[in-house]
Amino acid sequence: MADHAIVAEGLLKRYGDKKALNGFDLAVRTGTVHGVLGPNGAGKTTAVRALCTLLRFDAGRAEICGIDVAGQPARVRERIGLTGQYAAVDEQLSGRQNLVMFGRLLKLRPAAAKRRADELLAQFGLTEAAGRNAGQYSGGMRRRLDLAASMVIVPQVLFLDEPTTGLDPRSRNQVWDAVRSLVAEGTTVLLTTQYLEEADQLAGRISVVDTGRVVAEGTADELKAKIGGDRVEVVVRHADELAAVADIVGRVCHSVPQTDRDVRRVGTQVADRVAALTGVVRALHEAGIAVEDIGTRRPTLDEAFLQLTGHRANEEATA
Amino acid sequence: MRRLRLAAADGWIMTRRNMSHLVRTPEEMVLYFALPIMFVLVFGYVFGSGMSVPGGGDYREFLLPGVFAMTMLYGMGATGTAVAVDAGRGVVDRFRSMPVARSALLVGRSTADLMRAALEMSVLVVCGLLVGWEWHRGIGRALLAVALVLALRVAITWIGIYLGLVVRNADTVGTIVFPLAFPLTAVSNVFTAPELMPGWLGTLAEWNPLSATVAAIRELFGNPGLAGTGSWATENAMLLAIAWPVVLTAVFAPLAIRSYQRLSR
Repeated sequence: MADHAIVAEGLLKRYGDKKALNGFDLAVRTGTVHGVLGPNGAGKTTAVRALCTLLRFDAGRAEICGIDVAGQPARVRERIGLTGQYAAVDEQLSGRQNLVMFGRLLKLRPAAAKRRADELLAQFGLTEAAGRNAGQYSGGMRRRLDLAASMVIVPQVLFLDEPTTGLDPRSRNQVWDAVRSLVAEGTTVLLTTQYLEEADQLAGRISVVDTGRVVAEGTADELKAKIGGDRVEVVVRHADELAAVADIVGRVCHSVPQTDRDVRRVGTQVADRVAALTGVVRALHEAGIAVEDIGTRRPTLDEAFLQLTGHRANEEATA
Repeated sequence: MRRLRLAAADGWIMTRRNMSHLVRTPEEMVLYFALPIMFVLVFGYVFGSGMSVPGGGDYREFLLPGVFAMTMLYGMGATGTAVAVDAGRGVVDRFRSMPVARSALLVGRSTADLMRAALEMSVLVVCGLLVGWEWHRGIGRALLAVALVLALRVAITWIGIYLGLVVRNADTVGTIVFPLAFPLTAVSNVFTAPELMPGWLGTLAEWNPLSATVAAIRELFGNPGLAGTGSWATENAMLLAIAWPVVLTAVFAPLAIRSYQRLSR
């Protein structure tokens, strides 16, 4: 088996003047979950569609399980599953009919297709709704059915394009659990998301995408480290103490701290968090200022994203 | 050979999928049959008394072949809508990301629509027999006539598929089909004889693909209305009833297939 289940090199996709993919690179190790993180319009969906053989790209090279996507799409399709943002099921058929149909299309015999459909319905808590038209399902149920449809035959590579966008927390957890159980069976997963939390929860490595290319890649911790180290933060009791505290923090940490008046907080990046924290505590004690809270924390992925792309994850990318 | 067999199997699964839609939405089926039956009743009984059949004969005998062909034409709406619904949702993406023959979706659509048309024809024939229409020249010619009607439906299916893929919005397809289909039925020999229309309109009506099929099947069924003006189009209706569906399919099937392939852009 190939070392990397998904490889993309310099993918380019033009729509008129706009480059939806502009030198998109990706390498996902077999058996891992890889997150693709980026705002709307960053090119996440275009990349997934290109890798899934749904979209012809203009330049570059892509391989799934060592098979050339452009050259042998039919062989790639035998190995992949796709669950998109929009539930890709037949809304005029029942949940069970959908799964049986997909099983038949995957060359399962009729009895095997029915058995597999019933297993999946049970696994996704859809047994009771099995006979109802998928069009009458709630958003969460439809998404679960959609995910089940991608798992009729356990795929070697599963593409999840924003699988939990618009889902309530309970449905989202069900989707996450299903993904984890697939990974346990050895499936490689490519997950696109706008939610930093989701990438943090599920993915081993993360590619941050902006304007059609990967702007940063690494584990969640590496990405957080990339934007500088930890932060020391102090919350004061009275807003009029903010200036004095900012002065102390700045002096101890040799930096220009940020002050957030609304939450009465002073914070700054530091190189050595333990030394900085003890220094600030001692200096505050000497100045006789009693504070509400003090501590260190790692930056969130959201802050990492802001630093890497210049805008927040939930903002539209400026085209 | 193996590839062909697999493609046929995939096409058949898609055909069954489309037929299941029909079974699961019986209300749509009822509405669908209501229109042609209404045309039979309204034109046959309400307007029929004021209509004259060229060369004489019963108006309902004249009308039924027209309603057969017209029902096929209005099937374009059902085809186009179903294709637009598919293309507008993610389900086609799933099919296309699976190891499924690329032809399956379109093969399934056209096969299912043909089966559906055969069902409609059965209902209409029964309806026709009830209002006094019948075939007079033997079951062989009658079946040949039905085959000509279904050939027209095949051509119309491909136009509908093309329309659905281009428009990709079910509601829009619905609003496009009526203004497209209505003049085609009005300026034809479905309800009245072209020789009763002003000259240029009559010529247009005679060359209408719908008219060719209707004239041909009137002859095969032995139904009235074939006095004709002696023009080339009416004299060669049988030829045109075969040529039109062939030409329309030859034009629209490749267009539809190309639009389908363009989904990968």
